[in-house]
This record gives sequence, C-alpha cells and structure tokens, in this order.
Amino acid sequence: MAALVNGALAAQPIRIDVKRKIFPAVSGRDAQLVLRDVAFEVEPRSFLVITGPSGCGKSTLLNIIAGLDTDYEGTIDLGPGKDRLTYVFQTPRLLPWRTIEENIALALPDGDPRRANIPGMLARVGLTDAASAYPERVSLGMQRRAGLARGFILEPDILLMDEPFVSLDDPTAQSLRQLLMDLWHSHPTTVIFITHDRAEAVQLGTRILRLAPGQASVVQDVRVALTDGERRDRASVAAEQNRIFATA
Amino acid sequence: MVPVSTPTSSTRRPASTALAFGPALGRLGWVIASLATFVALWQVVAMIAGDPRRFPTPAIVFGVMSQLASTGALWSNIAVTLERLVYAFTAAMVIGSIIGILLGMYPKADQFFDPWLILFLNLPAIVTITLCLIWGGMNQTAIVTAVALNKIPNTAVTMREGTRGLSRDLNEMASVYNFGWWKTLRHVTLPQLAPFFAAAARAGLALIWKIVLVVEAFGGNGRGVGYQIFIAFQEFDVATILAYALAFIIIVQIIEFTVMQPLIARVNRWRR
Repeated sequence: MAALVNGALAAQPIRIDVKRKIFPAVSGRDAQLVLRDVAFEVEPRSFLVITGPSGCGKSTLLNIIAGLDTDYEGTIDLGPGKDRLTYVFQTPRLLPWRTIEENIALALPDGDPRRANIPGMLARVGLTDAASAYPERVSLGMQRRAGLARGFILEPDILLMDEPFVSLDDPTAQSLRQLLMDLWHSHPTTVIFITHDRAEAVQLGTRILRLAPGQASVVQDVRVALTDGERRDRASVAAEQNRIFATA
Repeated sequence: MVPVSTPTSSTRRPASTALAFGPALGRLGWVIASLATFVALWQVVAMIAGDPRRFPTPAIVFGVMSQLASTGALWSNIAVTLERLVYAFTAAMVIGSIIGILLGMYPKADQFFDPWLILFLNLPAIVTITLCLIWGGMNQTAIVTAVALNKIPNTAVTMREGTRGLSRDLNEMASVYNFGWWKTLRHVTLPQLAPFFAAAARAGLALIWKIVLVVEAFGGNGRGVGYQIFIAFQEFDVATILAYALAFIIIVQIIEFTVMQPLIARVNRWRR
C-alpha cells in the first residue's frame, strides 16, 4: 500500500499556481496584493525551502497550499499525497490542556495502528520523560520537538513547515534542524519549508525559492549543491549561502 | 449543547496532596479562629443591646436552629429551596450558555441582540420576579423562571466572551490534522470554554441562592426557606430569620467547597 502510494507520488509532482492573492481592504488600509503569478512544481520527496523577508507572503502561500486559505485565484494540485498532509506551525499550536503524549496521539484517528509508534517517536525527539507533562510546563524547544513529532507520527507524504525554529537559541535551533534532517532521511517526504533565515535555508533545502517584498512573486529558483556531510559543516553552508544569495 | 468540564482519561494531578495538606490545615485554623471571633463579637453586641427578641444572642439562634431541625421544618424547607435552586441554576447555565455561544459565534446576531442583553442585564431583579409571578401565578414554574431569568444574561455574557476568544490557530491545527467536529469540540473547543463556564457557574450559584429566597418570600406557596423568613419577618422573629439564614449559608458553602472549587481546579489544572 505504502509502496503504491509512493509509486504514485514518484510519478507526480505537487503543482502550485497562485495567480493572485489579495488581502481585502480594511478600515484604514487599502486592499493589498500579496501574491502574483507564483507558480512552481515540487518534486516528490524533495525539500523545498521558500525564503524571503517578513511580509513577502510566505506564510500566506503556505496557508493556501494547506487549504486553510481558500480565498485566492489559481490552482493547487497536491496529487495523491493530499490526504497525508501535515503542517508544523510557526508557534507549536499544541493543545495546552492535553499532555505532550496526548497531543501527538490526537493527530492520529482513534485505534490507528500508528499509535503504537508514539513511544518510539517520543524517544527520537527526546521527550520520553516529558510525555505526561502539559505543554506550557516545558520549554519552547521541547514544545517545538513535540510539534515535529506530531507532524512525523502521521508519516506524511507532504510536510509543510512555517518557520518552525524561530525564537529559539542557536544551539537548540541547530539540534532541532539536525533532528528534522534525521527524521526526513528515515521517512523521506515532500517538504515545503518556510524561513527568512538564509543559512537555515541552505542547510536544510535541496532547492530554494526566493520571494521578494513588494514583488509578490518568485525572484529566484535555485538548487542547493550540498552533500549531507557538507550540510553539517558551517563553512560549506556559508559558502553555498554566498553563492546562492550573491545576486540579492 | 451543554458545555461541561472536560473529560480526560488522565488521572495525573500536578500538585502533591501531601504538600497541600499542611497549608490546608493552617487555613482551616484561620477560618475557625475568624468565625469564633465573629460569634464572640456577636455575643457581646447582643448582650449590650439587651433585646433578645430583636437582637438574639448566638445561643438563642442556635437553639432555634436545633429546634427547627428536630421538628423537621428546617430540612423540609431547605430541601424545597434547594430543589428550586438546582432547577433554576441548571436552566440558567444551559440557556445562558447556548445564547452566549451563539452570540459569540455569529457577530451579526450579536450586534442585533446585544441591546436586548443589556436590557435584561439591567432589569432589576424585583421587576423580573414580580412580573413572572403576576404572569405565571404562584407556582413552581413561575418561581424557577423568575430565578433563572436573573442569571441567564450574566451567563450569556460570560460564555459569549469565551466563545469570542476561541483560538483560530488551534482550529486551523484541528482542521489540518483532520480532527472532525466531535474531536474538535471535545479537545479544542470545550476545554477553552470550560474556565468561562466554571466562572459563570460559581458566580451563578452566589447570585441564585440569594435571589431564590427573595422569590420565595414573594410567592413561596407556604414552602421554602425564603417563605419562612418572610413569615418570621411579619412576626419580628429575628432568631428564626437568622437560624434559616445560617443553615442555608452552611449548605451553600458546602456546595462551593465540594463542587465548585474542585470543578475550577480541574479545568485549570494544565495552567503553569
């Protein structure tokens, strides 16, 4: 079954084509064109990073892809993976009145066999001891790890991530990026990842798409030429970052 | 739909009971000392007043209370009043919650009905009570309605506030993770409304038990604590008034400590 789904996936990329996205005028502000002619394909099991400064429409684009925002002109074709889509949000969005473990379990339907994988997943993200804690009683880094675990427990075909590592101290963010890469390697899935952090974009992505403020469209689409080993090396990441963003 | 406290499978309690026991004992000591001082003060003032009929001593009041208890009058009247209290409280919480949640969900309806809510919020209790009894007659339904009507607008306002504050972020999360309506209601919506419901319930008990006595005084049909107090008032029987009042305070405080406070602690147990 999984092989069949993966087979179908391998044949079909995700197709994004947003012609126009406008925020309607509200009192004191005119209507605003957020996205215009943003069209691209995402190959199965690739790691696409969409980057650009704050306010250039990255999160809006991701909400459209996730189906949370339906007020736009254009088409989104997620292919057969659309039923196995998860979204790791900018804030962890855990239910504060449910424990870490309950939050992860709630992502799965009742009686789903994948619930058996929860203890293993908790161990992988280092939350075994915090399983029965309420989210607000653990650190932000731990909450974000719980958010990652919730995203991966579904074994998604499409994983959307919206700046999931912002407002963390550097070592914590770095260890979470490593964790994400490990999870992605053990369960290859199509990732669309948003960040304004260029080093993070280069370190994680197999391909980078740049949006620019005011233009509301794609200004650069480039492949990241790094091996897995080089991604762990800050100098290699910095060199590749210079190459990609030199045209900025 | 009645929002109730959230059901969970978890039996974990964050606070240690062993640790909480010491301070609880200390607090009980303070309560006893405080009440003892109050009774002593009462005794002194009553002795100075020197008019046991208009200002009875604590001993006289407790004597009347035990006499009323032994004839059964105390219990039967308290039972009648408690029954009315339970009906009115339940009606006020259910109806008020439904109205409040609907107004919180639909801003257009809220815009239209908000003036009505303000009207009923500011309607003096005595007006609702007299009108209910005139229109409905001196029967149980009219009494319960009169009591409930005094609480419904408050409940509606509190629940509307809670509904307006429901997190869009969490609803999006529930939608992305395919929660469906039942799972969303149980795990996302009701836990957010529970603290508002608990607050409305607690304030509701405090308001309703006072209003119910007033309504009974007006149309008590010969039964209920409020009616007994009304009769005692006509006879200037202050000891009986105080005996019933004290007995009822004790009952309501027992409800507060055994039902309300555990309920509030439960809905807030996840907070840091």
